[in-house]
Amino acid sequence: MKDRITNVLLVGVGGQGILLASEILSETAMLAGYEVKKSEIHGMSQRGGSVVSHVRFGKQVFSPIVPEGEGDILFGFELMETCRCLPLLRQGAVVIANNLRILPPAVLMGQEKYPENLDVHMQSLFPEFTLIDCQKVAEESGNIRTANIVMLGAVSRRLDIAESFWLKAVEKMVPSKAVEVNLKAFLKGRSL
Amino acid sequence: MKELLSGNEAIARGAFEAGCRVACAYPGTPSTEILENAVNYKEINSSWAPNEKVALEVGIGASFGGARALVTMKHVGVNVAADPLFTLSYTGVNGGLVLVTADDPEMHSSQDEQDNRHYARFAKVPMLEPSDSAECKLFTQLAFELSEKYDTPVMLRTTTRISHGKSMVELAERVSDLPQPGLIRNAAKQVMLPGNARVRHPLVEQRMLQLSVDGAAMEINRQEMRDTRIGIITSGACYQYVREVLPEASTLKLGMVNPLPDGLIRQFAASVDRLLVVEELDPFIEEQVKAMGIAVSGKEYTSRCGELTPERLVKAFSLAGVMPSAPDSAPVSTSPLPKLPPRPPNMCPGCPHRGVFYSLNQLKAYVSGDIGCYTLGFMPPLSAMDTCVCMGASIGMATGLSKVISLEEQKQVVAVIGDSTFLHTGINGLMDMVFNQAPATVIILDNRITAMTGRQDNPASGFTLMGDPTNAVNFPDLCRALGVKHVRTVNPYNLEETRAAIHEEMNRPEPSVIITNKPCVLVKREGVFQRAEALCVDTDRCASCRACLRIGCPAIEWRQAEGEKGKAYIDPSLCTGCDLCRQLCKFDAIGRQK
Repeated sequence: MKDRITNVLLVGVGGQGILLASEILSETAMLAGYEVKKSEIHGMSQRGGSVVSHVRFGKQVFSPIVPEGEGDILFGFELMETCRCLPLLRQGAVVIANNLRILPPAVLMGQEKYPENLDVHMQSLFPEFTLIDCQKVAEESGNIRTANIVMLGAVSRRLDIAESFWLKAVEKMVPSKAVEVNLKAFLKGRSL
Repeated sequence: MKELLSGNEAIARGAFEAGCRVACAYPGTPSTEILENAVNYKEINSSWAPNEKVALEVGIGASFGGARALVTMKHVGVNVAADPLFTLSYTGVNGGLVLVTADDPEMHSSQDEQDNRHYARFAKVPMLEPSDSAECKLFTQLAFELSEKYDTPVMLRTTTRISHGKSMVELAERVSDLPQPGLIRNAAKQVMLPGNARVRHPLVEQRMLQLSVDGAAMEINRQEMRDTRIGIITSGACYQYVREVLPEASTLKLGMVNPLPDGLIRQFAASVDRLLVVEELDPFIEEQVKAMGIAVSGKEYTSRCGELTPERLVKAFSLAGVMPSAPDSAPVSTSPLPKLPPRPPNMCPGCPHRGVFYSLNQLKAYVSGDIGCYTLGFMPPLSAMDTCVCMGASIGMATGLSKVISLEEQKQVVAVIGDSTFLHTGINGLMDMVFNQAPATVIILDNRITAMTGRQDNPASGFTLMGDPTNAVNFPDLCRALGVKHVRTVNPYNLEETRAAIHEEMNRPEPSVIITNKPCVLVKREGVFQRAEALCVDTDRCASCRACLRIGCPAIEWRQAEGEKGKAYIDPSLCTGCDLCRQLCKFDAIGRQK
């Protein structure tokens, strides 16, 4: 087990299942024997605002908030929100982005443009950048609502925690009726 | 067994393990989930009260009956509950009573960032402040014990990062050896007439002195001696940031922030070369340490505004000269990135409030607003809110405003308030409006739920927190009983009906109430909200007039290809079929899916 703290950020838009994904990640790290702390703000964010969840795990963790410039892994459920969080990352951080654009009010109204080529920008700043289409993979695994779990699967491969802990955590945290489809989505994501 | 719990879940667990029998609250971010978790323990009678004052009174009653009681609220809720709190300090308790105040430094979801540690000092009650979820559980249990031992209510203060942060907690069994509740008659303690209160007040002063002395030996007040060149007094979330940023410094971690353990502070101050206080918001600890004649600094380096974070603390410590100024890892430059449009919160697609605010905007009403999802009616393009101060204030403020403006201006004043907020503290305002004959119009947005905090039941929704069916307040009857002569109900999805009703009542030189009758689209209870078939745009008919964009619905997108006229597009996965946009389209371009 590493002594160093691993700093993970999960970002997106309210309603995308970010909190569940960060719960499963936290549970997994705890099962693997790490101390875990997690922090996020909910409240106003439930009404379509940005959501950022911080998960930190290691031998001993004090602050639940990832210090600016120390994020190791960012998983973004929405392109623009992924970009918004880049200042929290360290050089060489791993960035995994879902290829999805959710338009904010000013863009919906035609007053502003959704920025183009965000993936190209992110790739140029972070060589360890991966773009995946979670919706598509989720649909293939049987339920589009598992897109967040597909993303979690993709992240899991980049973290040094045994698969068995991940599967156990997914099983525990998702609704009992949906365990099978979520496990399938997780494993599909893990192969990306 | 260890579990990963939020601070709120851990407080509920702590109350359960401590043998708490009654839990009561009015929902408010970031405190709401405490009761939503307490209700999962069948041994606790958990309920939503109409407001925080009633919640505390329910707790006091249970405590006087000899049971342990938990009362929770957000920081501003304590303002509402302050009246019973201050006298409860004199009466003390029979069963332990714990009042949780969930503060919100940075105002993530609040209208102010008041520092409720002052309340503990003001009301002369002890306050504990946990710094993670394990302490949330432990301190809740300890708070019940201290409450009974010192015959006082105990406040437990969390902040948003503690309430919503998750960390590991060891679970235990519920205690089972508490006395059975019953009727306890003790007028000298429980009837606060002047004669009795005069006897109680010295006991309060004595109790606080004793707690300050005993605080030195409490395990929750802990000296951690490391490098003695720097000593930091801190508590709550700040303790974690201090340990993160300056791990070698000695710390005095205060679990009890009121009263301060003077002796322990003197001892710690004497054993370090330089003394700092790290605390969010006001210099609550710092000023008291200074008053003890001890050299200390704090707010020269940290702001009185907003929350602390590790990076803000790095800046503060650099300024104080206790750590090098450049942090090890500079943020990666993001300069090549384009400007990102902001993503503010918005009313949901199909929200029944949208049409009301659209109409208010069209009618150029002066909107005296209130607190709830509908405060978002302030946002463009609806832009129909002129004031918003606190829960229930819309009606009283409309009355006050009407007293000082011209007859013509009076017609424009409309108070807008949600069902839960009206029942919280709006009823008194309406009573006053009738009593003192202010001519304003009141709109009660009855969406059958307390929506903003995540859909909690209230006295008008027909169900209790524990899921039992109950009476649902009848708003028209209630308003008539208060003396309002003109009460009408409108369907807020019918724009013409809504606009006409508001227009007519605005022009009436008497108090009047309009009640909207459609439920929140997020209510999951069966048969309450019914989604209709999604609408779609006929692009051949769409004249690119943008009228449909004026309601700010997240399901409607303006699509414009290079060199072409823009057209509206409705996302069928978001559209609830509420029909508002169709009513705005003069070209008949919006209809049901073929």
